[in-house]
Amino acid sequence: MVIELPCHAPEGRKGGADGDSRLPRNIGQREMNRSAQTRALLGRVAGVAVLLAAGLLAASLCLASPSDPTQIPSIFKPQSTPAHSIFHLSMLILAITGAIFAVVFSLLAYSVAKFRKRANDDDREPAQVYGSNQIELAWTVIPILIVLVLFLATARVIRSIQDAPQPPGAIEVTAIGHQFWWEFRYPALGVVTANELHVPVSNPANSTPTFLTLLSADTDHSFWVPRLAGKTDLIPNHPNHTWIDPQEAGLYIGQCAQYCGTQHAKMLLRVYVDSPEQFKQWVEEQKKPAVSTDAVAEGRRIFETTACVNCHAVAGTVANGRFGPDLTHLMSRDTIASGAASNSEANLRAWIQSPDSFKPGSLMPAMQLTDHDLDALTAYLVTLR
Amino acid sequence: MSSETIALSTVGPDARPIGERLHDWIVTVDHKKLGILYILYALFFLVVAGIEAIIMRIQLIVPHNHFVSPQIFNRMMTMHGTTMIFFMVMPILFGFGTYLIPLMIGARDMAFPRLNAFSFWMTAFGGLLLYFSFIGGNGLYGAGTAPDVGWWAYAPLTARAFSPGHSTDFWTLALLASGVGSIGAGVNFIATILCMRCPGMTLGKMPLLAWLNLVVGGMVIFCISPLTAAQIMLCIDRYLGGHFFDTQAGGSAVLWMHFFWIFGHPEVYILVVPAFAFVSEIVPVFSRKPIFGYPIMVAATIAIGFISFSVWAHHMFTVGMSSYGNSFFVFTTVAIAVPTGIKIFNWLGTMWGGKILLRVPMLFCIGFLFQFLIAGLTGIMLGTAPFNWQLSGSYFVVAHFHYVIVGGIVFALFGAFYYWYPKMSGRMYNETLGKWHFWLFIIGFHLTFDFMHIPGILGMPRRIYTYEPGRGWEIWNLIVTIGAFFQAAGILVFVVNLLWSLRKGEPAGNDPWDAWTLEWSTSSPPPDYDFAVTPVVRSRRPLWDLKHPEDPDWKYE
Repeated sequence: MVIELPCHAPEGRKGGADGDSRLPRNIGQREMNRSAQTRALLGRVAGVAVLLAAGLLAASLCLASPSDPTQIPSIFKPQSTPAHSIFHLSMLILAITGAIFAVVFSLLAYSVAKFRKRANDDDREPAQVYGSNQIELAWTVIPILIVLVLFLATARVIRSIQDAPQPPGAIEVTAIGHQFWWEFRYPALGVVTANELHVPVSNPANSTPTFLTLLSADTDHSFWVPRLAGKTDLIPNHPNHTWIDPQEAGLYIGQCAQYCGTQHAKMLLRVYVDSPEQFKQWVEEQKKPAVSTDAVAEGRRIFETTACVNCHAVAGTVANGRFGPDLTHLMSRDTIASGAASNSEANLRAWIQSPDSFKPGSLMPAMQLTDHDLDALTAYLVTLR
Repeated sequence: MSSETIALSTVGPDARPIGERLHDWIVTVDHKKLGILYILYALFFLVVAGIEAIIMRIQLIVPHNHFVSPQIFNRMMTMHGTTMIFFMVMPILFGFGTYLIPLMIGARDMAFPRLNAFSFWMTAFGGLLLYFSFIGGNGLYGAGTAPDVGWWAYAPLTARAFSPGHSTDFWTLALLASGVGSIGAGVNFIATILCMRCPGMTLGKMPLLAWLNLVVGGMVIFCISPLTAAQIMLCIDRYLGGHFFDTQAGGSAVLWMHFFWIFGHPEVYILVVPAFAFVSEIVPVFSRKPIFGYPIMVAATIAIGFISFSVWAHHMFTVGMSSYGNSFFVFTTVAIAVPTGIKIFNWLGTMWGGKILLRVPMLFCIGFLFQFLIAGLTGIMLGTAPFNWQLSGSYFVVAHFHYVIVGGIVFALFGAFYYWYPKMSGRMYNETLGKWHFWLFIIGFHLTFDFMHIPGILGMPRRIYTYEPGRGWEIWNLIVTIGAFFQAAGILVFVVNLLWSLRKGEPAGNDPWDAWTLEWSTSSPPPDYDFAVTPVVRSRRPLWDLKHPEDPDWKYE
């Protein structure tokens, strides 16, 4: 075997695992060219930074669309106790991980900058160090302590959220995930609705949290409204529970967070937090059966004699399907197709004609109606208030 | 080791006709050829799955984009994940292991050369089967071509009620086939490392790469088996009327999750431990110092190997486990940060006081250290269950695990490519192109994956083919897509460099890095028999001993 041996004399080495230094290292020469090399390195870093900044600037100019900040479902703008607890825990974790990052990154940056091989290097091998038990012990024990702190802080929050008792004034809702929409049932109130959850605002003096039982009719889904609570999955044969107690009225945006099939992306979720009076009024409205006038009798006949009734229910009529959203108070909702479009007469008509134009892959079939029937049917549906 | 000089017959260019040479590659049982086959096969799939990623990123560049349909997007996302994990990163790591382990422990081949070939061809067959689904996946129902159930293929989406046709069957059988290959490779790694070491190389004198691959071999056997079992159960559900995961007949969707993640989390370490192995070989050579704390590095790796089997349900914090169950998995998950942190500190300890040579392999290793540090810290965030309830299933998770797999593993892999390319090809790569590759790729990486964390925090779930405007996600998605193109440009430079250097590169010589492990003592590329005489070693750095007879390592170990 032929081996070419570059003959480098080692500068010295540190002895075995105990880490005692035998010889000092000679670092005199390398100071010489340092400033030039540092400048080169800084230049390179600056180049990268400029490139990054330019890219970002261009990007933000392209897309500087002012969006309504209340519509951003940020986990860092909590409005409900579970989301608040998570937010506080996450700040602690960010502080700890941020500190670890600062320390380790500085060590890395310092090592690379300080121990770079210089152009005028003498080509001698540096001191050969095999390790040090004291240092190893230090960087084992300190992380273990950090881990313990993290674990205890986390376990406390897990208990406070997951094992919170249900107070007597709580609203109970059963949320059922479907491909690709949400069914909400209020068993105690006798209300059934879809995609838009209404809950009362809860304040510490008069706590009316909403406790949800999560079920699935088909595949796995996940209930996620970032400003109200973390997500919990809806799994067939595996009832789950979560709760929210929103402290400010308004609209909270969320969507399905567990891949559930073709239209997972448009399984959007809206939570309307109403004042106690508004909520009470909403419940009263929802409990009424559907009323329909003779003016739309033709549309109603079309609805009740086509496949619509296989999937949809309208209280007080023959329509009692469960595969699709309950339409009894369809027009009380702001959106159709699980948030994919706003609820207008034109959108409703287009949706019935061709669901794929809003939501390709949705399970609602195109109804193949004549224009006349379509108009009559739409006219009937918009009376379902 | 022996320092005798033995004249070897010079190996000239192969003059045989091309058909005969190709035939050689197909029937070979040589660990070096199989290693290269694994690597080339994986590089092909890197490009394929990269194109799938680009298609997804173009679709997401603006809200309500119509570049591809949801059906195609879902296939792209499923195929990208499945391909990258099972047919890119795993085979490429097995390839490097297969190539390097015998050379580094002074053996002439793996313990079971035929099993080695069998493992490769099973893996290759699995990949072909997966991609054949684009042609053959329609089945009777006309319900799509390639699988579209996500790379976890959560039940009951894989039940025949929701996945008619055969696309899911292609996914299942592809993983079943490649899983058999992986288990073969794992067995072979263990047997080779335990039985084939050259005289003098006790377990404590093995290169760290051998140690780490020994741990990987053990993990492969214990974690691929449940995956394989689950695939068989899924086949039984789909075709023999079983009800393991068939929720409509009372089966359990959560059971699949447990099966999948008891595989899935150790899998992450199966992928990352070989990356640790590359870094543990490259950083010492380019810092001109031995690895800091060798016994601790070994112990930390073994600890990771064991703990990694107790953390799987941190992928399931949102499925409704009890508070005690969640707390247990929080504890194990943050505990695994300790041995991982020890490894990072030891690499820093290796660099400290060295003379760091900033060649391309070392640049990629420094990139690895930086990104793996961040990936570990976002991992801690995800490991604490309540924070996970917000972050899991969002783009934050996507950013986190790409930080691990691209920022960590792929960077270490590129380091390994440039480090061992001279050994495998006999020629040096082009340093300038290598640096272009590094800078393009690291800029693209950070543009893509740094900014990908933010939409996750703003509530953007993963696996959505489009999103609503006005939620503050647009700008971040645009930047992420721009970064993807930088990465693609980096990969292009890399491929050009590999091909160009194969013909035009400077001859590398046996030992271009002045390195210390046995593979550098033989010619580049090594002869069929690896070593003319079986080497004998006395320390962890046999070539150091040879180069510094006045001050050998064995005096201190």
